[in-house]
Amino acid sequence: MISLNNISKKYNMGHVTVNALGPVTLTIHKGEFVAVLGPSGSGKSTMMNILGCLDRPSLGEYLLDNTPVHGFSRTKLARVRNMKVGFVFQSFNLLPFATAYENVELPMLYAKISGKEREHTVKHLLEIVGLSDRASHRPAELSGGERQRIAVARALANNPDIILADEPTGNLDSKSGAEILNLFEQLHADGKTLIFVTHDENLASHAKRIIRLLDGKINQDYTQN
Amino acid sequence: MFVHGFKMISQFIGDMKKQKLRCFLTMSGITWGTMSVILLLAFGESFRIASMKNMSGMGNNIVVMGGSRTTLPYKGLPPGRYIQLREETVSLLKDYIPDIGYLSPETQKYVTLSIGPQKQNNNCVGVYPGYGMLRNLFPQKGGRFINPLDMENRRRVIFIGTQISEKFFAKESNPVGKILMVNGIPFTVIGVMQNKVQNSSYMTQDKNIVFIPYTTCRDVFGAKYVNRIIFKAKNDVDTPKIKENIHEVLGRRLGFAKDDKDAIWMWDTTEMTQFIHYFFLGFEAFLFLGGVLTLIVGGIGVANIMYVSIRERRREIGIRTALGATPRLILLQFMLESFIIMFIGGSLGVLGAWLIVTLFGSPALTGVQVVLGKPVINLNIALIVATVLALTGFAAGWSPARNASNMDPVRALEF
Repeated sequence: MISLNNISKKYNMGHVTVNALGPVTLTIHKGEFVAVLGPSGSGKSTMMNILGCLDRPSLGEYLLDNTPVHGFSRTKLARVRNMKVGFVFQSFNLLPFATAYENVELPMLYAKISGKEREHTVKHLLEIVGLSDRASHRPAELSGGERQRIAVARALANNPDIILADEPTGNLDSKSGAEILNLFEQLHADGKTLIFVTHDENLASHAKRIIRLLDGKINQDYTQN
Repeated sequence: MFVHGFKMISQFIGDMKKQKLRCFLTMSGITWGTMSVILLLAFGESFRIASMKNMSGMGNNIVVMGGSRTTLPYKGLPPGRYIQLREETVSLLKDYIPDIGYLSPETQKYVTLSIGPQKQNNNCVGVYPGYGMLRNLFPQKGGRFINPLDMENRRRVIFIGTQISEKFFAKESNPVGKILMVNGIPFTVIGVMQNKVQNSSYMTQDKNIVFIPYTTCRDVFGAKYVNRIIFKAKNDVDTPKIKENIHEVLGRRLGFAKDDKDAIWMWDTTEMTQFIHYFFLGFEAFLFLGGVLTLIVGGIGVANIMYVSIRERRREIGIRTALGATPRLILLQFMLESFIIMFIGGSLGVLGAWLIVTLFGSPALTGVQVVLGKPVINLNIALIVATVLALTGFAAGWSPARNASNMDPVRALEF
């Protein structure tokens, strides 16, 4: 369970302090499918960074599974990211020199999982995303849709509860986008907490709950069907 | 924990293998720097040694002198008179100037050497036994130089240079005891000169000359005057002081003013030795400077590559940290990586230098070795060079690696 309590993020730009986010109070329960929507500059990227423990809030409390992570050190945050959050980025962010297999394996290496278990899990995940035959390919040898599917497999590597996706279909054609969306629907059905950050209304329409941000604050928060 | 650490290291190495070009470029910087500094110093040192050795080919610290023309009037006599040295001059010097050590006159004749139909016109000099020591004329095995008995008995014996030996005698045979005709007069060969490298001379190189006892030369070919006198100061005696004395002593006897420095010409090779000494002092300073500069350039190159490569990999770092790599792990990976690169690069540099030096020492290059000497790698220098470069690279990699590992993944991913 995610619980933000009066979270805000400020950036110092020279002499001016810019309030990028907040204060925001928000709770997301396990298994929810949430889309965070907003125009650029509305603070949705900052929101995603804080939710994913990539960045620390300036003020406020963040409880992740009842653990206050807002004051964690970089090392502790790295562990949280490793075990509890899976990321899917708009620009894939795969290691270009590593194969699909190795990219999926990476989070497990950091989690100190044994070789046998890693092999088993990677094969399983590649099967789920339908790319078993691409295991030894480098990202450059894969299509955009395939790359994003590898990224999804990687996000699932340590079996995290939360999947954070930042414009996951932004760089894909509609067919590949649909495939990715399909994968996400499946993950949602499996009980994962899904959070999309996007400005694409079409993508957001698949989510169950919509959070609209404007100027760093929550403008609307409603459930749809 | 240990097993896991080992796995991590093999993972790091696996990552490096995938970025071969970058690793190769970094490595080549260190290899090049290490190799060039080691080679520079190895060749510089061998060149110095070879030059010193070649310098002493004609003799160590000897003075060659001969008669010339007066430039000052003396006791009513006008300037411009010729001064000639005679054999008595030698005994005069011996008696009046005790600081002189080895001493020998040199009478030069142009003769025809022959064995049967084989003939050659050649320089022949008549000398004292001490001449061998003055000029570093050492006999090959089984031979000897002219001795006092040869002098006393005016023996018709001859000491020959290596070229002469090769010209008249078969390569394997020992010429000692064989007869060589000088202007049709039989001389017995008593020794063949050991090969030596000689980079200065006033007639021709010693390997092309034949040497006979002075007394024999005088009696057989006639020698009213001696062409030159060669001497060497006793150990620890100032050569300039002796030269001063010579002008005074010879001036009285041969009739010229003692201030008339031009009446007798002198070639003092100690001056040359001193010059060479200072020259090489400068040369070594230059080499040292060159080495240090090369090291700095190499260090900057290495630092640059490390710095740039880590900056360029910010995105990679961002991905890794986003996926859960701890800052310490990132730092560890980068430092280990630079250590491996430095180590291999430095080792390759030392190896490359060693290879070139070894190739250079091969017998095929004897001709070049005469001038440049045989380069030898100074292991201490090699070690220092490799260490300095490695530390530079390490230090240069450290701060960007630490910054990168401390960067928020958000910022790192922006690159």
